[in-house]
Amino acid sequence: MALVPFLQNHGLPYGWAWFISQSVFITVICLVLMLSVAAVILADRKIWAAVQMRRGPNVVGPFGLLQTIADAMKFLFKEVIIPAGANKVIFFLAPLVSVMVAFIAWAVIPFNKGWVIADINVGVLYLFAVSSLGVYGTVMAGWASNSKYAFLSALRAAAQMVSYEVSIGFVMITVLLFAGSLNISHIVQAQQSSGVFALLHWNIFSILFPMLVIFFVSSLAETQRPPFDLLEAESELVAGFFVEYSSGPFLLFFLAEYMNVIMLCGLMSILFLGGWLSPINIWPLNIPVLGIFWFLLKLAFLFFMMAMVKAMVPRYRYDQLMRLGWKVFLPTSLLWVVLTAGWVLFVRPHL
Amino acid sequence: MFEAIAFYFFSVILIASAVMVIAARNPVHSVLFLILSFFNAAGLFVLLGAEFLAMILIVVYVGAVAVLFLFVVMMLDIDFAELKRGSLQYLPFGVLIGLILVAELVMAGSVWVLKPAVAAAKALATPTGLTNTEALGRILYTDYVYYFQIAGLVLLVAMIGAIVLTLRSRPGVRRQVISVQNARTAAMAVDMHDLKPGEGA
Repeated sequence: MALVPFLQNHGLPYGWAWFISQSVFITVICLVLMLSVAAVILADRKIWAAVQMRRGPNVVGPFGLLQTIADAMKFLFKEVIIPAGANKVIFFLAPLVSVMVAFIAWAVIPFNKGWVIADINVGVLYLFAVSSLGVYGTVMAGWASNSKYAFLSALRAAAQMVSYEVSIGFVMITVLLFAGSLNISHIVQAQQSSGVFALLHWNIFSILFPMLVIFFVSSLAETQRPPFDLLEAESELVAGFFVEYSSGPFLLFFLAEYMNVIMLCGLMSILFLGGWLSPINIWPLNIPVLGIFWFLLKLAFLFFMMAMVKAMVPRYRYDQLMRLGWKVFLPTSLLWVVLTAGWVLFVRPHL
Repeated sequence: MFEAIAFYFFSVILIASAVMVIAARNPVHSVLFLILSFFNAAGLFVLLGAEFLAMILIVVYVGAVAVLFLFVVMMLDIDFAELKRGSLQYLPFGVLIGLILVAELVMAGSVWVLKPAVAAAKALATPTGLTNTEALGRILYTDYVYYFQIAGLVLLVAMIGAIVLTLRSRPGVRRQVISVQNARTAAMAVDMHDLKPGEGA
């Protein structure tokens, strides 16, 4: 980061300069993330309302912009209720685990060229590992609540998220076979091209396109978005794993859920839509600082798609969910791993 | 210095949580401590520069195996008195297995002391200019490809075995046939009748 040489010029040794620069960067990203979660929740509700020809939140602040902030304050000032018979330590550990896992995933997401906290060699694997941890918050909450509804939801969560992680893993394998690297920045740079039609070199316009579809649907299941929100199916389980939660801990679950959604949208834009790359690689559009704008634009577009799915698609049955994961997505993505490997080895001109 | 602090931090938590896995009374707590110890083992791998192994440890053990552990253990009907009564019965076996492990560790360690040539060979030079993942892949899919295939076969056999053991065909069970459901049209599902007012269907 640019802060390190600046601090070194002011007499700090490299280690401390690095430490301070990283701390500042992490704090900024966490704050921006929490604010963007507030914006994204509002956008979600507004899109949902627009599809149903309602107005959505429109009272608090201009156009209802402050609605999420008001909701957050409401939760913070409510009473924390601990159910009798709950396992207290795990009951409070669960939302913390959820929100922590949702935050640490952002450590390897590049917002622009070089704008990343940790540019590690196994970035994709790290993201896969972290996204597979999200299930623990849910399972722990469901068990510790000592409630039947929450427990049923936790069992559903464990089965659902393990099932869809398999296909997410295979989709990531196809992308990293295509890019030849597990480093996220390298995966973005492998999609770079020059000229007006630079976007045709993105992974979405290659043989990986079906994988984008599978990844999109799997990430709906992974983040428990409708139509796969069987964990919190209100007609069966009241509110699912967080039925016993109130106040701050509930807020943390809410925060974690939306941060995971944004994280997966960001990951999709990196893996398939070229991350920070401009769709048209000519002068005023491809100046380096605009990278973050392109990245956020792609992220917002993918989130819009997710919000539209939530508004339009009815909830799946549980057996349909399992069938889709194991009998459709798993064989398709496995086949595509083989196809992509063959393509990279025999068809694509060697670089 | 920082590496030493990190090493002792991970090691102490690893050993403490590993002890808690067998000392915790609640089986769910045991599994959660097991997950904590997996994490710290992954941290130690990262300190060694084996980041690929660290991530695979978390993906496979924490992300998949421990979730299924937790899934099963959560559904247990926990009776603490019963658990404590049974534990002394298995003490001799536990001690025996522990002693065998200690003996094996001593044997392995003493080989390094007695034959320095073996100790020199234990850490082969890491290939330069390759990431962890590439280096592992180049060895695994070339020199050790047969072992890799055999490991895959063993897993396949285990999977088939698990399916054969649990599969039973029960007569009279109604199953969902998704293709039939999807092929259903309004004409097949809806029957229109003209009813006169005041009469039932």
